[in-house]
Amino acid sequence: MTAANPTLDALRDDGGVPLRTRLRRAERSRKLRYAALILPLALFVLVVFVWPIASLLARSVDNPELRDNLPLTLAALERWPDEGLPDAAVFDTFARELEAARGSPAIAAIARRLNREHTGLRSLVMKTARKLPLADGADARAELPAIDAQWGETETWRTIRRAGSPLTAFYLLSAVDLTTDASGDIVSLPDGEAIYLDVLVRTLVMSLVVTALCLLLGFPLAYLMATLPVRQSNLLMILVLLPFWTSVLVRVAAWIVLLQNGGLVNQALMALGLTDAPVQLLFNSIGVYVAMTHILLPFVVLPLYSVMKGISPAYMRAAVSLGCPPWRSFWKVYFPQTLPGIGAGALLVFIMSMGYYITPALLGGPQEQMISYFIAFYTNQTINWGMAAALSAVLLAATLVLYMFYSRYFGPTRTGQLQPR
Amino acid sequence: MLQPYASPLERAGHYALRTVVALTLLFLVLPILVIVPLSFNADSFLMYPMSGLSLRWYEEIFASPAWRQALMNSIIVSPLATVLAMVLGTLAAIGLVRTDFPGKALLTAVLISPMVVPVVIVGVAMYIFFAPLGLTGSYTGLVIAHAVLGVPFVITTVAATLQGFDFNLVRAAGSLGAGPLTTFFRVTLPQVAPGVIAGGLFAFATSFDEVVVTLFLASPEQATLPRQMFAGIRENISPAIAAVATILIILSTLMLLVLEALRRRNERLRGIKPT
Repeated sequence: MTAANPTLDALRDDGGVPLRTRLRRAERSRKLRYAALILPLALFVLVVFVWPIASLLARSVDNPELRDNLPLTLAALERWPDEGLPDAAVFDTFARELEAARGSPAIAAIARRLNREHTGLRSLVMKTARKLPLADGADARAELPAIDAQWGETETWRTIRRAGSPLTAFYLLSAVDLTTDASGDIVSLPDGEAIYLDVLVRTLVMSLVVTALCLLLGFPLAYLMATLPVRQSNLLMILVLLPFWTSVLVRVAAWIVLLQNGGLVNQALMALGLTDAPVQLLFNSIGVYVAMTHILLPFVVLPLYSVMKGISPAYMRAAVSLGCPPWRSFWKVYFPQTLPGIGAGALLVFIMSMGYYITPALLGGPQEQMISYFIAFYTNQTINWGMAAALSAVLLAATLVLYMFYSRYFGPTRTGQLQPR
Repeated sequence: MLQPYASPLERAGHYALRTVVALTLLFLVLPILVIVPLSFNADSFLMYPMSGLSLRWYEEIFASPAWRQALMNSIIVSPLATVLAMVLGTLAAIGLVRTDFPGKALLTAVLISPMVVPVVIVGVAMYIFFAPLGLTGSYTGLVIAHAVLGVPFVITTVAATLQGFDFNLVRAAGSLGAGPLTTFFRVTLPQVAPGVIAGGLFAFATSFDEVVVTLFLASPEQATLPRQMFAGIRENISPAIAAVATILIILSTLMLLVLEALRRRNERLRGIKPT
């Protein structure tokens, strides 16, 4: 719209409002009406998707054990100057709260939480709880150190105060095999306890291998589809789309049939004389790689195909006619133009592989379980939601960073991409 | 195409490419070709050679309460989730295409994100969130979860269809006296219907094949077909699995055909020559 235009301003309705203002109002209300159409879905996704995930992630730093079970002790410790021993009020409150927690799951939670901060505190808490309650009118500040000398140490109370802070970095640090030592510095876990970095590296390596396999098989396929006459390339497309639309579980079952010890692949290998005894192809990395490549191959073929379809054959002809040998022309002229398709397909497959759960769970051995398996394990088997949340945070962060990269460089999400499994 | 004057090296490349592609296609289709005949196996091994043909495994799954229940659950959950995703997703897609506001890109990314976030995270998060609300082990919880997972497909396909939609038609309808609802049902919807149906098919396929979130949310009474298959593969793999797989393959072929018909119709309407 132009600024002051006397002719336009002269156009007014019966109430004397300039038509231009009327138009602007109408446009605004139209936009508001359309924006209102987004509202139901936005609320729906916010409530049942974003909010649950946010509260899951919050659990990775949540530190509820002492806050819930020793609230008054923690409040009383606030006033303690961090030197010497706390005053009698703190000891009294602590003795009362510990007594109240006795015989319930709360005492185990307190003991476990303190033990995580300083090994040995579990038995101290349990032993002390057994000696409670103190005699009427007894001085807790004198009695507790009598039960165990550790109650007379400044360090014990510092530990309680530290373990009572509202947030903890423990789970997130554990998820990358780090921990804090007694002085609060971040240190690596000893070799025997460190597992998650291995799992993370394994997840990334497996995703990388699957991505490479998909590119290796997908590139020639997409290339031939893009160069064949339409009728034939449509047939090829159907052969790509049929497995794409088939249930993932159907395909996993089919691979079990094919790869089992008496399966067709082993029968073929033995008939060809390549092996005398059946080769173990299931419940190890071979089965997982084969099935994941099978499931994810279409996701690299489809974007590659659409990019290759847009490359004019004239470039190659021009290069060849100018004396460049065919292979060199392909490498120097054609291949660089397919890079956006390669990037899009590879990134998509990599992102999806990282979250895989079902395929490794059904076809892999313990050595092939990826990070998703451990998230499910901590949720269902050991009910350690803090750890499940921390591992989720790591996986989600990796996924989102790669996805932002993907949507930044390879445009809006295409249709026809099914959920990772 | 191979030219008559091609060098031996080019010929070799030509045939090598075709061999590699043929093997890749075999790799893609083989699992489907292999599992279908086994569903007619007369004995109880999922293995070749087959001893004879029979329909006993189909009889078995249709007689088994667990499989019947699973089929029923899938038939209840997936269409409901699909309808929910289609309604919410179509409205939102129209809104997103027609307005501009600060943060629209972010909002779009959030609405699309169920397609990207690893399903295990979705499953765990919903499980922990739904449990205190009594939504775990309920059809409601499962329908909600599947609908969220299907929404991104509806948004993206409908938004893509709207790229070719002339919104002056909506103005024309309005100027001719049609109310917003009439305009929507008689002008907008018929035009974007292929996108809505295609998005709905994707949403349906997502829900009908969903197993991870279902593992977390569903109690045994809500076990869907994929959930039952997961248990079957894990515990007792028999030709009954192949029979269910065959039924699912037929279903996915049907969906593929419908999508292909929609694509052709769309191209015809846009004036692209049929291929």
